[in-house]
Amino acid sequence: MASANLLQSLDYSVLQQCMHCGMCLPTCPTYVETKMERNSPRGRISLMRAVADGDLQVTKALSDEMYYCLGCLACQTACPAGVNYAELFETARAEVEQAQVDDGMQRGFWRWLSLNVIFMRPWLLRLIGRVLHVYQSTGLDRLMRKLRFFGLMPPSLKKLEPQTPKIAEQFSDDLIWPEEKPKQDRGYRVGLLTGCIQDLAFSNINRDTADVLLANGCEVITPRSQSCCGSLHAHNGELELARELARRQIDSFDLDSLDAIITNAGGCGSHLKTYGHLLHDDPFYAEKAKQWDKKVKDIHEWLVQIRFRKPTASAGVSEVTYHESCHLCHGQKVVSQPRQILASIPGLTFKELPESNWCCGSAGIYNITQPEQSQKLLDRKVANLRQAAAPVVATSNPGCHLQLANGLRSCGSSHPCQTVTQPVTLLAQAYRAEQGPQGMGVS
Amino acid sequence: MNKIEARLIQSLKEILSPDRVLTSDEDLVPYSFDGTAALKQRPGAVVFPLTAEEVSECVQLARRNDVPVVTRGSGTGLSGGSVPLDGCLVICLVKMDKLVEVDEKNLTLRAQSGVITKEIDDACAKVGLFYPPDPGSMKISTIGGNVAENSGGLRGLKYGVTRDYVMGFEVVLPDGTLTFLGNKCVKDVAGYSMKDIFIGSEGTLGIITEVILKVLPRPKARKTMLALYDSMEDAAKTISAIIAAKIIPCTLEFLDRVTVQCVEDYAKIGLPTDVEALVLMETDGHPVVVEEEAAQMMALAKANGARDVRAAADEAEGAKLAAARRNAFSALARVRPTTILEDVTVPRSELAAMVAFIDAVAKKHKLQIGTFGHLGDGNLHPTFLTNERDHEEMHRIELALEEIVEETIRVGGTVTGEHGVGIAKKNFLKRQLGEGSYELMRSIKKALDPQGLLNPGKIFD
Repeated sequence: MASANLLQSLDYSVLQQCMHCGMCLPTCPTYVETKMERNSPRGRISLMRAVADGDLQVTKALSDEMYYCLGCLACQTACPAGVNYAELFETARAEVEQAQVDDGMQRGFWRWLSLNVIFMRPWLLRLIGRVLHVYQSTGLDRLMRKLRFFGLMPPSLKKLEPQTPKIAEQFSDDLIWPEEKPKQDRGYRVGLLTGCIQDLAFSNINRDTADVLLANGCEVITPRSQSCCGSLHAHNGELELARELARRQIDSFDLDSLDAIITNAGGCGSHLKTYGHLLHDDPFYAEKAKQWDKKVKDIHEWLVQIRFRKPTASAGVSEVTYHESCHLCHGQKVVSQPRQILASIPGLTFKELPESNWCCGSAGIYNITQPEQSQKLLDRKVANLRQAAAPVVATSNPGCHLQLANGLRSCGSSHPCQTVTQPVTLLAQAYRAEQGPQGMGVS
Repeated sequence: MNKIEARLIQSLKEILSPDRVLTSDEDLVPYSFDGTAALKQRPGAVVFPLTAEEVSECVQLARRNDVPVVTRGSGTGLSGGSVPLDGCLVICLVKMDKLVEVDEKNLTLRAQSGVITKEIDDACAKVGLFYPPDPGSMKISTIGGNVAENSGGLRGLKYGVTRDYVMGFEVVLPDGTLTFLGNKCVKDVAGYSMKDIFIGSEGTLGIITEVILKVLPRPKARKTMLALYDSMEDAAKTISAIIAAKIIPCTLEFLDRVTVQCVEDYAKIGLPTDVEALVLMETDGHPVVVEEEAAQMMALAKANGARDVRAAADEAEGAKLAAARRNAFSALARVRPTTILEDVTVPRSELAAMVAFIDAVAKKHKLQIGTFGHLGDGNLHPTFLTNERDHEEMHRIELALEEIVEETIRVGGTVTGEHGVGIAKKNFLKRQLGEGSYELMRSIKKALDPQGLLNPGKIFD
């Protein structure tokens, strides 16, 4: 393992860009919770800088702090000086992983199994998905719960078990052809990223994404058995693995032949747009990665850019509110486009959600690593959803989608909001409804 | 680096609770600075009291053991007022954050020192009231910090600064005495106005734990205008003409050429980059009066040489016009790694000449300085864009600042309009005040804090 001090070898001006004005503090969910500087972006940057300056050792406490951070990037939106917190945060996590200050046997095993094994192998991930689906659809999961099988698990894992995402019956490759042509071609040719969790739990949303692209005259190219984009690895201090996955991702598309590469998951998109930086000193991929960054578009961003066609039929929903994925609004600065899409659907009233851009606590695997803080944020989100009082909430990231669904499920029928969906799904439903009843539901 | 003795830490934990006493490196490094560039010092410990009594007990303990005390709110100060001293105890008041009362009958508001400034105005807005001081950091600055620093903001000309809204406060004195200065009375001449000595005292005389503020009825209407000029002289003439016409606008903000260019580079809002001054004007009050005053202000701007004048039809358009001013600091801050924000202030009549002087100094020392600020009250923000690691350039900045300060004092200005002296302006204070006034200030510090316990070495040695 390399022993270079990663924070020391980082371009120092990135650290220096923070002028410690404190404008990030009121937007940071962890600072607002504790009111302690170390739990704030400016505090964390000062710790990173102290490590880079050789004034502070890399300790377990430092590691804990870096993992207490949600990585929601709300600070990047608030920052007047344009600090690249995402880069700092990823480097700091890589630094603490490299220093091995937090290497309990169990933590090490689970990290290795998920980051190095499962999420590096698309076939294995999907195989696990198939098995999980069988387990869930045969009712075996309920039986196990009844038999109190999970009583054997540590309490923290036991609590998480019911939150396991419901695995789809069919994955994206079963639902989307490698190449699909629109009825009315507008000359656009785009690649579609199907993601990993999105593919397992929300393959229907990938289908919806392909449908809205087709309805707007885009030819859709969807490579088979796609890999994880590597955001999970980059956010968890495994930059080498992230680079490997980025190279694979770039290789799976013929970049020159495509106008855009479309992503529909906020968290992935934010990472996918920074391959240029991730691979900047890779002699073979640096140039390709730069070009890649330019072509990656969030689906909402792309639809608004090509002036998407407003649907003429309703989506069958009367009121909707919108929760912003952190990495879509703070990471990618895609803020108005999803709202424009929702507002374009006939018969659909859009209601603003209070604190719509405040993290829901999903934050990648934060709900697993920091269940307590995650739950506090979920409670806050659920309370805001109650205030918005719309029957449906739309969001555009699988993590947020699952987190909101779990939060609302635990409230039962007393909560005014009962359904979680995504803007593309509502748009796809509206387009399908234009075809009359026979067009509904089936593509 | 000095540590605080373990025995003292133990006592602090007994006074407060263990989780409200911070001593580890990871906890202390983030308290080494405030919002001021290039100042850094790790404290000995940080504590979070919840009540004035706890503050008093901490102060007494520190006094008995001769440990200096630095009070801190959210740490957004721009002169080093809350930067710790080696081995000091930082008393951080952010957890004393209760908004105690909004008194609609007396038009007052009572809040603990750790309440965020914006939350105070938000609470006012709910009942049609208004707390005017709006320092740039109001989304996170604490009201206690605002009072201790006598913070300004964009509305100085019409509404004054924090001092004009402080009716009274509870304060812990250097010997631990807990007392209350002032009250809710508009008129009060019972003895010396002691509260006025503490306002803006930068934590050197006492620790303010709760404040009573004066609040106003909220203005019903507001109109935003933007004017572009080919010379700063013309912009200044416009302001004089507006004031001569008996109009007191609530906002009169300007950006100089360098700042406009940086804003356009960064935000791409379609500003012409060859203007010498961009002026943002706002008037507020009764809707009819606002309309009339706005029309007059626009006419005066044109008559005094404005190249282009625009008025916003509504709030949303107003926000668009204000975008240039709102983005000014962000735009400047992105140009180089280190941003040094100054706040020399001159009589309004000297403003145009001072901006020209700063420009000349920047050219002479080959520095990047963008100047923006408050046209109505003569408060300038020359902003140095640099890299603190470039020692040679930092030296040139020192020389430039020296010349700017010298000129400011020569024309009857002040070295700090709203940021405070702290550490950053300490060396200039005597020059501005003169021997008599400087010694008077020091004698007050000595009388109230003979031991030099509270924030020693700030303002003066």
